[in-house]
Amino acid sequence: MIRALAILSLCALSACSDMSEQPKQRSYSPLVGPAPTPTGVVTFLYREPTPPPLTLALVERGQQRFRIFCTPCHSELGNGQGMIVQRGFPEPPSYMSARLLKAPTRHFVDVIAQGHGAMYSYAARVPPADRWAIAAYIRALQKSQNASAEDLAAARAEAAP
Amino acid sequence: MGSVFRPAANFWASLTLLMMALAVAAFSLSVWLWPHSDDARRVNWAPAQPVPFSHQHHVSGLGIDCRYCHASVEVSSNAGMPPTYACMSCHSQIWTNAALLEPVRNSLKDDRPLVWRRVTDVPDYVYFDHSIHIAKGVGCSSCHGDVASMALTYKAKSLTMQFCLDCHRDPGPRLRPKDKIYDTSWTRDATTPAPELLLAAYGVPQRNLTDCSICHR
Ligand code: HEC
Ligand code: HEC
Ligand code: HEC
Ligand code: HEC
Ligand code: HEC
Ligand code: HEC
Repeated sequence: MIRALAILSLCALSACSDMSEQPKQRSYSPLVGPAPTPTGVVTFLYREPTPPPLTLALVERGQQRFRIFCTPCHSELGNGQGMIVQRGFPEPPSYMSARLLKAPTRHFVDVIAQGHGAMYSYAARVPPADRWAIAAYIRALQKSQNASAEDLAAARAEAAP
Repeated sequence: MGSVFRPAANFWASLTLLMMALAVAAFSLSVWLWPHSDDARRVNWAPAQPVPFSHQHHVSGLGIDCRYCHASVEVSSNAGMPPTYACMSCHSQIWTNAALLEPVRNSLKDDRPLVWRRVTDVPDYVYFDHSIHIAKGVGCSSCHGDVASMALTYKAKSLTMQFCLDCHRDPGPRLRPKDKIYDTSWTRDATTPAPELLLAAYGVPQRNLTDCSICHR
């Protein structure tokens, strides 16, 4: 009888899995305790990001990031008629407006980092390198919609070996 | 001397034996099979959230990319949950009076994060990393189901060890082209490159993916 009980309780125990609860710190677990600050830590030094060299890879990266973060409002064309605007969000200015055509590239980087009026900052989700990539892509968008036949011919001639 | 047992005792003895056999069977079923059943794994279960957030509205309806909200999914082990600030980048201007969104507005005002309840969760002894799966052509829907059509987010796959191993043993047929990773209604069709081509393109696998130390470290 005792042996049977022992076997039964062993079986019952085997179903317990306390292993799945381990009190370690993960991104979304409640704070276990403040992490100790290592010695010799200096405050974060902010460096002004320098514009990266303009490459095709940069513009393609910019296109991908632009489609994730900016098209909901600015639309794929950059004319400010995105889906969220159609649902009642204030309309942003078109990138083809004379003012934004003349604005320095740095302006776009700053708007992403700091926001502008009704537009919130995207600093938390778009890291500095991507901000320059997006700005480069906006430049390409502006060019594409104001291009003339001669520009295209010139580009073709340049691309041809 | 008369017999100790009456003839009916035969019947009761067999019945008792049968019952004991059944009890043992039922016990083992409940211990070994039940924990792996869909009910116990809470498949198709949607927990009550502080705000009834709808992926169907935001992803299918408005066309917002997963990464607008789950921004770190490509670069980190955690997909990341959208901070209140991300919701408010739109809801500061639209649906500003909706009672549904009261908790979101309060969260920004009081500087206290919304507490979303976990839908998918693996035990703490399992090591999991989103970024490598995304980089190697595993789409969100392979593990999360058709999120874009969920009115309320529910757990679509069992996420047992068996589930992970089914793919780790033979990832090829489940990999997809880069531009389909965020398309949660994707299924393999005639235009999809052959499994061998995809495996070669992503360079998978360079090691034995079923080693225990891949997921338990
Ligand atoms: C939620 C909608 C929304 C999203 C998403 C959004 N914007 Fe905007 N954006 C706006 C609105 C609205 C304005 C106009 C702001 C104002 O003038 O009050 C604006 C203005 C701008 C301007 C013009 C600033 C000026 O000088 O007038 C630029 C440049 C810009 N956005 C770039 C971006 C980039 C780059 C992204 C993607 C990282 C982005 N926006 C994402 C809504 C949005
Ligand atoms: C507008 C922001 C937004 C977008 C876009 C978005 N999500 Fe979410 N997602 C959320 C929020 C908020 C939650 C938490 C509430 C919930 O579980 O419904 C969540 C929860 C989830 C969960 C469950 C997480 C858990 O608790 O385990 C998964 C999986 C998920 N999202 C996948 C996706 C996928 C895949 C896409 C793209 C097809 C996507 N999300 C797009 C905001 C978003
Ligand atoms: C890119 C813009 C955008 C973002 C970011 C966004 N929403 Fe929305 N949301 C909308 C729009 C637009 C609607 C109205 C839907 C419609 O008109 O079909 C909406 C509707 C809603 C509704 C109303 C119920 C419904 O589903 O129709 C809820 C609740 C909601 N959003 C919650 C959230 C939460 C929580 C977040 C943050 C994780 C969030 N939203 C982020 C644009 C956004
Ligand atoms: C190989 C399977 C797999 C794939 C592919 C996958 N996920 Fe996950 N996801 C998981 C698991 C497992 C968890 C639970 C992680 C945990 O408990 O630590 C999770 C958790 C999440 C969460 C909750 C927050 C977090 O990071 O824990 C979100 C949001 C999420 N996934 C979104 C996505 C999105 C968006 C994609 C596609 C880009 C995606 N997942 C692709 C398996 C996967
Ligand atoms: C649909 C296919 C698929 C599913 C489902 C899947 N994986 Fe993977 N997993 C992969 C592929 C492909 C790789 C990349 C292998 C390589 O290239 O080395 C991988 C790699 C990994 C790695 C290695 C990460 C690293 O940094 O070394 C871990 C850990 C992992 N998976 C855990 C899991 C867990 C846990 C689950 C179940 C929740 C799961 N996987 C489900 C396909 C999958
Ligand atoms: C692809 C990832 C993966 C690999 C490889 C893997 N496991 Fe697991 N394992 C898991 C997951 C996920 C769970 C959690 C299942 C659950 O939620 O109950 C798990 C759970 C377990 C458990 C606990 C089971 C329970 O019922 O509580 C044990 C024991 C275990 N694994 C042993 C192993 C051993 C031994 C190996 C090597 C032969 C191995 N695992 C390889 C993903 C993996």
